[in-house]
Amino acid sequence: MSTLLEINGLSKSYPGVKANDDISFAIQEGEIHALLGENGAGKSTLVKMIYGLVKPDEGTMVLNGAAYTPAKPHAARASGVSMVFQHFSLFEALTVAENITLGMDDAPNRKELSAKIRSVSQDYGLPLDPDRLIGDMSVGERQRVEIIRCLLQNPRLLIMDEPTSVLTPQEVDTLFGTLRKLSADGVAILYISHKLDEILALCDHATILRMGKVVDTCTPKEETAKSLAEMMIGGELEIHAQTEFNPGADALVVKGLTLMSDDAFGTSLKNVNFTLRKGEVLGIGGVAGNGQDEILAVLSGEEKVEAEMVRLNGEAVGQMGPNERRVKGLLSAPEERLGHAAAPAMSLSKNAFLTGRIRKKLAPGGVMKSRRTNRFAREIIEKFDVRTPGIHVAAKALSGGNLQKFVIGREVLQSPQVLVVNQPTWGVDAAAAASIRQALRQLAADGAAVIVISQDLDELMEMSDTFAVLSEGRLSKQQPSEGLTIEEIGLMMGGDLEGTHHAEA
Amino acid sequence: MDFSSLSPVAMIVLLIGAATPILLAAIGELVVEKSGVLNLGVEGMMIIGAVCGFIVAVNTDSPMLGLVGAAVGGAIVSMVFAFLTQYLLSNQVATGLALTLFGLGMAALMGRSYNGIRPPRMPRLEVEGLTDLPVVGRLFFSHDPVIYGSLVLVFAVWYFLNRTRSGLVLRACGENHEAAHSLGYNVQLIRFGAIMFGGACAGLGGAYVSLVRVPQWTEGMTAGVGWIALAIVVFAAWKPWRVILGAYMFGGITILQLSLQALGISISGAYLSMTPYIVTIVVLVIMSADRKKASINAPACLGKSFHASH
Repeated sequence: MSTLLEINGLSKSYPGVKANDDISFAIQEGEIHALLGENGAGKSTLVKMIYGLVKPDEGTMVLNGAAYTPAKPHAARASGVSMVFQHFSLFEALTVAENITLGMDDAPNRKELSAKIRSVSQDYGLPLDPDRLIGDMSVGERQRVEIIRCLLQNPRLLIMDEPTSVLTPQEVDTLFGTLRKLSADGVAILYISHKLDEILALCDHATILRMGKVVDTCTPKEETAKSLAEMMIGGELEIHAQTEFNPGADALVVKGLTLMSDDAFGTSLKNVNFTLRKGEVLGIGGVAGNGQDEILAVLSGEEKVEAEMVRLNGEAVGQMGPNERRVKGLLSAPEERLGHAAAPAMSLSKNAFLTGRIRKKLAPGGVMKSRRTNRFAREIIEKFDVRTPGIHVAAKALSGGNLQKFVIGREVLQSPQVLVVNQPTWGVDAAAAASIRQALRQLAADGAAVIVISQDLDELMEMSDTFAVLSEGRLSKQQPSEGLTIEEIGLMMGGDLEGTHHAEA
Repeated sequence: MDFSSLSPVAMIVLLIGAATPILLAAIGELVVEKSGVLNLGVEGMMIIGAVCGFIVAVNTDSPMLGLVGAAVGGAIVSMVFAFLTQYLLSNQVATGLALTLFGLGMAALMGRSYNGIRPPRMPRLEVEGLTDLPVVGRLFFSHDPVIYGSLVLVFAVWYFLNRTRSGLVLRACGENHEAAHSLGYNVQLIRFGAIMFGGACAGLGGAYVSLVRVPQWTEGMTAGVGWIALAIVVFAAWKPWRVILGAYMFGGITILQLSLQALGISISGAYLSMTPYIVTIVVLVIMSADRKKASINAPACLGKSFHASH
């Protein structure tokens, strides 16, 4: 095998963060090379540079022995580098063939293209009907379209960004078959993932990124999930020791929660059960898009379900809307900061008013009390260290991390009995993230119950008393976080919802 | 009651005439909406077309040049809308409404000295032998060129949208403008072109009213046809062939209610005049009942402003 792509000292900085720092590695022809790292480790930035979407600040790339500096994805494709994105750029109302035509630089006519789609998709075990509408296809089938679109352009290197995060286990098997076949045909694959078992099963080599740097390389076949996880996280996977966990009475009981999603791309929740006690932090892990948004919507009251499915302090609240639940002490902070958690064009004090009106009594008799509202907004800004010129600044003017602190602080300061947060530290710098976590722990220590939905396993392990995983709309068994190993969590993410404690017992 | 005066053949001929302005404006708006733009200014562009067509036809004594003038006039006002919405990112709904009001006022101003004049007659396309055939002759060979042209135009639009790469690109812009942009297509330019085409079609529709249907110039003479055309596009689920169906159906109901009024049926004329609009609303409600289906047909980016951020 000869070297296909060599990366030498690539660096890329964004304001305030060095996304990639002096990254070097090489990809051989026909190898499946894993790029492994946590969220924010710099994987996406790196592949964007390889695909010509982002220009590196420093460093060089050599493709097939020649200098490689793609200015645009178009140039990358012309050099034989293709990429399948995590979020597809497909047109739903158009057919498979039409979608593929649009993405090709020199598309043949309809008949020829249809025949080509049929034959290539058959060859690689991803059968596709060129005349079907994308809108009628499952996510896995849509991914096939993206892959076939790449394959029709005869790539030498195929980049796959977390390809399995949206697939069913059967679809994953099919995909792996295809990737192995491609590899046997000499196509190199750069496979980005944080799913350890997949990397163990599929990849020839792995490059591990942490905080924008290459921290390790290895041959996955010689490693275990645990050793890979430790390379990814750095040091022993720290399972926090809860000093004291003396849960009180049941605060929030979810029983048999089922919700069919009316959104064509949503996830339906299937028989979700858990019990949250006073003083408890429940961490819910899992890959994005497995029902996280839906579960938050059900708990916040945006989506109504049968009354008994959600009980708050013994009272059936499934039919109540968000404001009624706020009265009763169930608060939430959704993941999407702008547009969901905060109204972008409104000032911070108005945004503070929007959820704080009831519990902070900001509008007794229906008239907004400006001074009380402003005081509340200022309190959030001070206690949660929100960096902003003042409370009259529009929410959209804040950086993501600062707005996140504001959104979390706004709910925490309303002294909830149950608080549900989705991705509480997403895009927040390390120090601020620590203080948000601390505030949420403190809330629990003061007797509230907290649910933290996150994709950051470290965060969940650090914060939570009990832990469960969402997988395709199902929630795994709720287990004590203490003593859980990364292998067990990995298995739960893969759909083994009973947890290995049981399997071993 | 005497129904014998309602000859089916005569009524069909009449309904085609009544439907043609709607058909022209609707097929233009269909292309605009397929590209992802909602232009509510159809009524304004039609009335501008009506007055431009009238002025050109009277001054050149040529109805055909009048049609050209109408198309150009409609396209020019639509460019105002296109520039505002595509490059200055103004809100499409508000700009479209403003365009209608602007068009009505502008047309009134332009047409002040043309009240009470008769335009040159639009010739009918008559084929020796065929036109004299009973029934068939009147149904198929007695119309003016615009009617034939409007049907050819619908076919051309269908062919363009479904059989050509340019049409595919235009639809792609309406479906997912971000993705179209990332694939390297110039969304703004494509939409600009589509809006101009829609303006030209609306102008033609307006001129058909002032040169053939009425034929004279009066202020506000399009009388809401532009709004019906907008509704017909939704009714047609953005499919060209169904625009013909919708326009002719609306034309049919209009003619039917006129005939019933002429018969002196004891229902108040006001109720009968309402029926085409009531039927339109009912049909639209039925069409939108199946939300999933409706959302698949509608261009996903309809009415959303696009700003290329990278």
